[in-house]
Amino acid sequence: MAFAGVDFYQLDTLLSEEERAVRDTVRAWVDEHLMPIIGDCYVEGKFPKQLIPGLAELGMFGANLPEEYGCAGLNNVAYGLIMQELERGDSGIRSFASVQGGLVMYPIYAFGSEEQKKHWLPRLAAGKEIGCFGLTEPDFGSNPGGMITTAKETKEGWILNGTKMWITNGSQATVSVIWAKTGEIKDAKSIRGFIVPTNTKGYAAKDQKGKLSLRASDTSEIHLEDVHLPKDAILPKSGGLKSPLMCLTQARYGISWGAIGAAMACYDEAVTYAKTRVMFDKPIGATQIQQVRLADMLTEITKAQFITLQLGRLKDAGTMTPQQVSLAKRNNVSMACDCAREARRLLGANGILAEYHSMRHMANLESVYTYEGTHDMHSLILGQEITGLAAF
Amino acid sequence: MKIAVCLKRVPDTDMRFAVAADGKSLDLSGLKFDMSDFDGYAVEVALRLNEQQGPGEVTVVGLGPDAVQETLRKALSMGADRGVHLAAAEVPFDGLAIAQALAAELAGQGYDLILFGRVATDTGNGMVGPMTAELLQLPCVTAISHLDIKDGRGTAHRELEGARETVSFPLPAVLTIDEGIARPRLPSLKGIMAAKKKPVESRPAALGPIRLTVDKLELPPERAGGRIVGEGPDAVPELVRLLREEAKVI
Repeated sequence: MAFAGVDFYQLDTLLSEEERAVRDTVRAWVDEHLMPIIGDCYVEGKFPKQLIPGLAELGMFGANLPEEYGCAGLNNVAYGLIMQELERGDSGIRSFASVQGGLVMYPIYAFGSEEQKKHWLPRLAAGKEIGCFGLTEPDFGSNPGGMITTAKETKEGWILNGTKMWITNGSQATVSVIWAKTGEIKDAKSIRGFIVPTNTKGYAAKDQKGKLSLRASDTSEIHLEDVHLPKDAILPKSGGLKSPLMCLTQARYGISWGAIGAAMACYDEAVTYAKTRVMFDKPIGATQIQQVRLADMLTEITKAQFITLQLGRLKDAGTMTPQQVSLAKRNNVSMACDCAREARRLLGANGILAEYHSMRHMANLESVYTYEGTHDMHSLILGQEITGLAAF
Repeated sequence: MKIAVCLKRVPDTDMRFAVAADGKSLDLSGLKFDMSDFDGYAVEVALRLNEQQGPGEVTVVGLGPDAVQETLRKALSMGADRGVHLAAAEVPFDGLAIAQALAAELAGQGYDLILFGRVATDTGNGMVGPMTAELLQLPCVTAISHLDIKDGRGTAHRELEGARETVSFPLPAVLTIDEGIARPRLPSLKGIMAAKKKPVESRPAALGPIRLTVDKLELPPERAGGRIVGEGPDAVPELVRLLREEAKVI
């Protein structure tokens, strides 16, 4: 049966006709193309590459960027709804689209030259090029300003050296947006972005093995050893740590929506199971303990939906702050983790099978909780916003 | 080719239905609405014909309250070119009244094909397509599962019980489309944005006289629970006896 979503407070009435149409298209696509295969992909540890052309054809990559670059030109609420629906399927698939749109297409759009935008954006929108985003390093996760990847300027262009880690889409990317210091190693202001085709000599990506989360997503380590780039590989309008952080704000915004999708999937599965699974001669949904679980899930999902819709309206109005994004990312992912865990428990022994979805979401969401600013870092960002005092 | 597709906005069949307080209509509260399933196939057939046979125009026509425009825009976001909304407070049950409004809209507009879904998924009458054809004096083939158009003539397949019929006809013609002919595409995100800029004209529906009314609507009785007659091979004779004597299915 088709997924009907969770809408206890008639939030649909706050969405425009186009926003609902976008949501319904992605929802139907996920039902038709992703749900039948995602369990196997997860167990086998394989990203479903075969879905890329379909995602591109519907226009899901960089959907909130302008039409002149081959994108759909949607508003940010519609973009958020895409992320919600993709993550209802799987966080790994949403991660793929988040990286392609928010972390690769967005920096090229925001910091690139007109030539770079015209060259790369239509290809990335069409899925002909796959992108990844190289910011995090083995020793610099929550503190990206400490990075030690360098870009030395030469007469001909640039030479990059360094290592990046936890890079989503890393092994299948054809182009990488790499962040590196162009000045002193202590100078975070010298951080600039570079467009690096992954077939450039000296560039190597290696799958990170043994993941117990986001198994249907590629995660890689990237090695840059004397990677020679032409002068025009630099993103001319990038400057300082602020530039990659602006990208992260885009991606975190999408994650805020995505987490609601994962939570809705778990809630939906839990409700169906509670109504049909009979124990002690009655459906387990007729027991108080399961009703409390379901009531908690519905309440938290509904609260998150309101926060996030307003966040989207603020983004469309151009007044959204990164701290508001931190609040939504922190709240929603934590909420989704709770829903997934409680749904899995409600499902009893069946809940550990890949045939059901809650445990897959539960394991995925631990990564989502940790990436794009850990839950704890977002607490500190909010703490700083509240007190004016930095605790990190 | 110039193709018209007539669409109906119906309650989503995935929903649970309840009878309204008047005892003769559906309780619409909480229902979601969408294009009738078979109409989606008809839109897909029209879009594919023009994609394969070169430039043309696909017009989608819907009758009913303003909300019908949302269904028309769904077809526009799939790729149709323009919409016509025939405004009426509600869609009457009387198919002839609807067919008269559609025939008045479609007559003399130079359509090569006028397509309908085989049957609307709410009322299930399957009348409006053939009646519109009759009023327009056009040939009509119903419930087609395959279509070829060549040199101003069409060939269609109809799936019968255990057989297939191939029918040929001259254009212009009215066709009603069965499922399975061409899976309807999802509206793309660009298509959804483009649909906002496509024209939708709205004018009052010239409905014919309404002579049929629904007096009563009842849901089927709740199904009784199953019965376990026994376990293992020992239960088979009793099961066979019950299927034969009680259920009368073998």
